[in-house]
Amino acid sequence: MNLAKAPELLKPASMRFILLTLGLGLLLNLLPWSGLALSFRPDFVALALLFWAIREPRKTGMGAAWIMGLLMDMADGAILGQHALAYTLAVFAAIVLHRRIQRFTLWQQALHVLLLLLLLQAAMLLSRLFAGAVFPGPGYFLSCLTGAALWPPLSLLLQLPQRGRPDPDSVYSAGQK
Amino acid sequence: MDHQAPPFFKHGPSPLARFMFFAFLSLVLMALDARQNTLNTLRQVLSVVVAPLQRLANAPAEMIGRTSGFFVTQAHMQNENAALGQRQLLLSAQLQRMQAMQAENAYLRKILGVQQQRGERVVVAEIVYAGRDPFSQKIIVDKGSNHNVKAGQPAIDDVGVVGQVTRVYPFSSEITLLIDKDQAVPVEIVRNGARAIAFGHGQDGTLELPFMAANADIQNGDALFTSGIDGVYPAGLPVAVVSKIERNSAFAKITCVPSAGVSRHKQLLILIGEPRQSALADQAGMGKADGSKADASHLRRN
Repeated sequence: MNLAKAPELLKPASMRFILLTLGLGLLLNLLPWSGLALSFRPDFVALALLFWAIREPRKTGMGAAWIMGLLMDMADGAILGQHALAYTLAVFAAIVLHRRIQRFTLWQQALHVLLLLLLLQAAMLLSRLFAGAVFPGPGYFLSCLTGAALWPPLSLLLQLPQRGRPDPDSVYSAGQK
Repeated sequence: MDHQAPPFFKHGPSPLARFMFFAFLSLVLMALDARQNTLNTLRQVLSVVVAPLQRLANAPAEMIGRTSGFFVTQAHMQNENAALGQRQLLLSAQLQRMQAMQAENAYLRKILGVQQQRGERVVVAEIVYAGRDPFSQKIIVDKGSNHNVKAGQPAIDDVGVVGQVTRVYPFSSEITLLIDKDQAVPVEIVRNGARAIAFGHGQDGTLELPFMAANADIQNGDALFTSGIDGVYPAGLPVAVVSKIERNSAFAKITCVPSAGVSRHKQLLILIGEPRQSALADQAGMGKADGSKADASHLRRN
């Protein structure tokens, strides 16, 4: 069982790195996705926000989620506030659950994240339905699956700079405090 | 409840309180934004942040497009050039005929005292990317208010009407396609001149003509052109072709397939407002087009 293994101690993430990942997530979301790729595209901003909400709930939170949501609304040409509300809701749930989620292995965490992402999409769907849109079909929720599947590799990637092992080969051991 | 111990550490407001605050803020924004044009300044501010990122995100795809364009074979270019030359010849012949007809038309209209049709000015815009919002059918093009593009102007391609500009930023604008659920265009059946309004269907890329009686004179394959009575779309542009008619209830359920599409080309034309006085009318000594628009308010549903 994986539970026997003691959880690795990680250094706190620097604010600069957190902002960098959020910006990168936005950039990835803004790539010219279209058609089928678009419906499979995981919401990178949401993933980054959830990751930091679970890892560092003191450093990022609903304020960051709300602002990133506004930027996504603007970029997608959606109703202003749609992504903002959904991101805030998902990050709120993540912050409430973060101690619980941290205890699980990455794949089990991915299941939690799947639920959080579904919550996020459902919030967006509801707010749009209230605004008078029509349901765009079940394919709307596909991105949650890809997002959850991406969680383990993404977590490993985002944790790299916080690893404390003195690894002379690592490019991250220099420059980070 | 009353005797809650004071917290050891100061964390500011509780997550629930924060969530309530931001959720309330979002709901207010959504309510305001549902009425259009109330949050334009906020959008402009946000676009300052998003626009450069968007440009950066589009850069790789653009570069790939350019590099692959660079390595096109010469044979391909020659073929294309020949085809384009032929097409150009054909079109210029047609254009000559049309110019004569337009002059004649302007003259006849003047005699009849009918309002002059406006000569159109156009901006060629390139599609930057398709809108990512799954609830609406939009595209983003690379021309904005700096190129005189304004909200409400129609966009066309070589085949017909594509849609209407709905939001404008300095260097880009958002075009809502005809197939969007909130989009409507007044049309005329070419065969018999019957007028109708075509509404976007939302999801499956079709248009529908509601409010047509079950016994209306309309057939499969009828071409629909803009009627021009809204003052937004100039008259006589192809819009759609009727593909399916169900006459089961009091109103016929008529489905149409749009003529133009955005999947074929990267470029489209935006017909920008203020009509120049018609050069053709001037040539023919017909005086000036008065340029005033038809008063009919345009027919967008929100």
